[in-house]
Amino acid sequence: MTTSLSSYLDQLERMDHDYPLLRMIQPDGSKAFTDDEYDVTLLLSFYKQMLRARMFDRKAINLQRQGRIGTYAPFEGQEAAQIGSAFALQKGDWMFPTYRDHAATMTYGHSMETIFRYWKGRIDGCVPPAGLNILPPSVPIATQLLHAVGASWAERLKGNDRVAIAYFGDGATSEGDFHEGLNFGSAFNTPTIFFCQNNHFAISVPIHKQMKSRTIAQKAFAYDIEGIRVDGNDVLAVYKVMEYAVEKARRGDGPTLIEAVTWRYGAHTTADDPTKYRDQSINEERRNEDCLLRVERFLSHEGAFDEQQIEEITHEIAMEIDEAVERFERAEQPNPNDMFDHVFQDQTPSLREQHQQFQKEVTS
Amino acid sequence: MTSSLQQTKELTMVQAITDGLKIMLEEDPTTMILGEDIGVNGGVFRATDGLLEQFGENRVIDTPLAESGIIGTSIGLALNGFKPIAEMQFQGFIYPAFEQIVSHAIRIRTRTLGAFTVPMVIRAPYGAGIHAPELHSDSMEAMFTHLPGLKVVIPSNAYDAKGLLISAIEDPDPVLFMEPMRTYRSTRTSVPSEKYTVKIGEASTLTTGEDVTILAYGNMISPALAAAKQAKENDNVNVEVVDLRTLYPLDEQTILESVEKTGRVVIVHEGHKTSGFGAELIAFINDKALFSLRNPIVRVTGYDVHVPFFSIEEHYIPNATRIYQAIDTVLNEE
Repeated sequence: MTTSLSSYLDQLERMDHDYPLLRMIQPDGSKAFTDDEYDVTLLLSFYKQMLRARMFDRKAINLQRQGRIGTYAPFEGQEAAQIGSAFALQKGDWMFPTYRDHAATMTYGHSMETIFRYWKGRIDGCVPPAGLNILPPSVPIATQLLHAVGASWAERLKGNDRVAIAYFGDGATSEGDFHEGLNFGSAFNTPTIFFCQNNHFAISVPIHKQMKSRTIAQKAFAYDIEGIRVDGNDVLAVYKVMEYAVEKARRGDGPTLIEAVTWRYGAHTTADDPTKYRDQSINEERRNEDCLLRVERFLSHEGAFDEQQIEEITHEIAMEIDEAVERFERAEQPNPNDMFDHVFQDQTPSLREQHQQFQKEVTS
Repeated sequence: MTSSLQQTKELTMVQAITDGLKIMLEEDPTTMILGEDIGVNGGVFRATDGLLEQFGENRVIDTPLAESGIIGTSIGLALNGFKPIAEMQFQGFIYPAFEQIVSHAIRIRTRTLGAFTVPMVIRAPYGAGIHAPELHSDSMEAMFTHLPGLKVVIPSNAYDAKGLLISAIEDPDPVLFMEPMRTYRSTRTSVPSEKYTVKIGEASTLTTGEDVTILAYGNMISPALAAAKQAKENDNVNVEVVDLRTLYPLDEQTILESVEKTGRVVIVHEGHKTSGFGAELIAFINDKALFSLRNPIVRVTGYDVHVPFFSIEEHYIPNATRIYQAIDTVLNEE
């Protein structure tokens, strides 16, 4: 009980919704906790996936520079957030990614070839392997949160314990659909993981201009759901937090907002120049917190970093990428007639007529 | 189709809609209704009255007050095996959900080459003439017929409403089901108690005539029929009133047969004139039957003004007098 209105108001001012940053591995590779949550084998598999994703990302940028794919949205720097989270899912769960989440979709089962097709401007690049619930990248920002709520709600209604994850960035939290998504998830207690990769920039707008809120995790507070802030460059911490949120969702205890604090080294897409909106020398500092470097350091401390083994893995990944590039570049050209398919299950008469007209025009 | 053995009831359109919803909730366990005030309150027009009690809160869901949320969540449910029937309280409130409709509901089938689909119905009461507060009276069908991947259905009577609604729920693609508020309770029609369907994409010729064709739908059918009656009685003019019932996909054949017969067309809609659905109908007739026309087509529509406050809304809404004058114009233009 406070004694006066002014002291009550003072106390309000001091109220701090404290969302500390969870870290399992320090940037120097040392353990943040003394318990035995550190599984070297698991970290090695994370490392392989992160390396695979990074090499894929760099290859995609090269292909774009050479004009072999279109505009591309690189994710380098965000591998730990995406891979740590995707590892915690099981087949049957639902993934609603954005266009920067290929490290997550690759980990969950999308093929590199398919992702290259997407960036080559081919619609078949949206289609996941049979039986995998990966939706096409959501282009309009934050709209996919609601789909994740709906799809995971459906699982609950069916009596299943599957969950859905929606990926989005810091800028997305300004959109109305972010708030509607959190509110619906909260109101209907859906098994949804709202996974924000806070990379500090929405194209060119830095987070301090995007919001006055000190954290994104605190936005969960308004919806009375858990908000967790995790070092997004610490793959183990991300995985552990996701595991916690997924288990909670599976047992029916509702959604979680995870803020993975990370950084994208590169441009928003290959169509913009980041030096225009930020000092790129900051990347050098950020590289010291790099997600791959951190695991390398950790594994070295543990005596489990085998350079020869990593070289072999690197070689294998390079082959995998080359094969994927070859396959997608060898693929049959898309047939323009296909644009008339799949608008409806059954083509409407006027669409049929337009298609016939199109065929006449291309053959004349 | 209706069998003569079936029981029928005299129902208003809104009662027929409730009946259609109830039949589908009973028949198909994947159907769900979502919307604002549709549960305990039974909907602001009572279209969902009694459904919560019968089917429970996992099937009839009072949602938070957020249209984008309702449609976006319904998309997720539809992706994962359910058939959501989402209610927009008024069409005038659908705009926050426009992005979800345009960018996702109608696009996911195409984007995934059919791997994922969104079978859902969006019910939206529309139109003026019930003295509703401002912004409750829009007729924005043309904003939706422009969209690929969306079917747009507008019934004008209880029988069609039930049959078309059931077809919409059974449709594998998203359907916007626009409900003419002014017609909700204005008349009763004989409606079979059983399940039946009215096919999406089929117009209905309500009166036959060889002099003038009226193309109309929804709230405009009643004044169109009144004007046709007046033309017959006063001038011995035989007007064929075609109730389009579905705006997309359009029943081209029924329209063409009538236009080719009469050569004179009056188009009536309540939505604004510029880029309204009438413009599409004129373009269609131009493409397919221009030389059947004996006179230029006449449009009777809402004006290019915001639907006025209700004290003067009747001056906005096309009525039988304006349609009767249009019949006269289309007969006498040279």
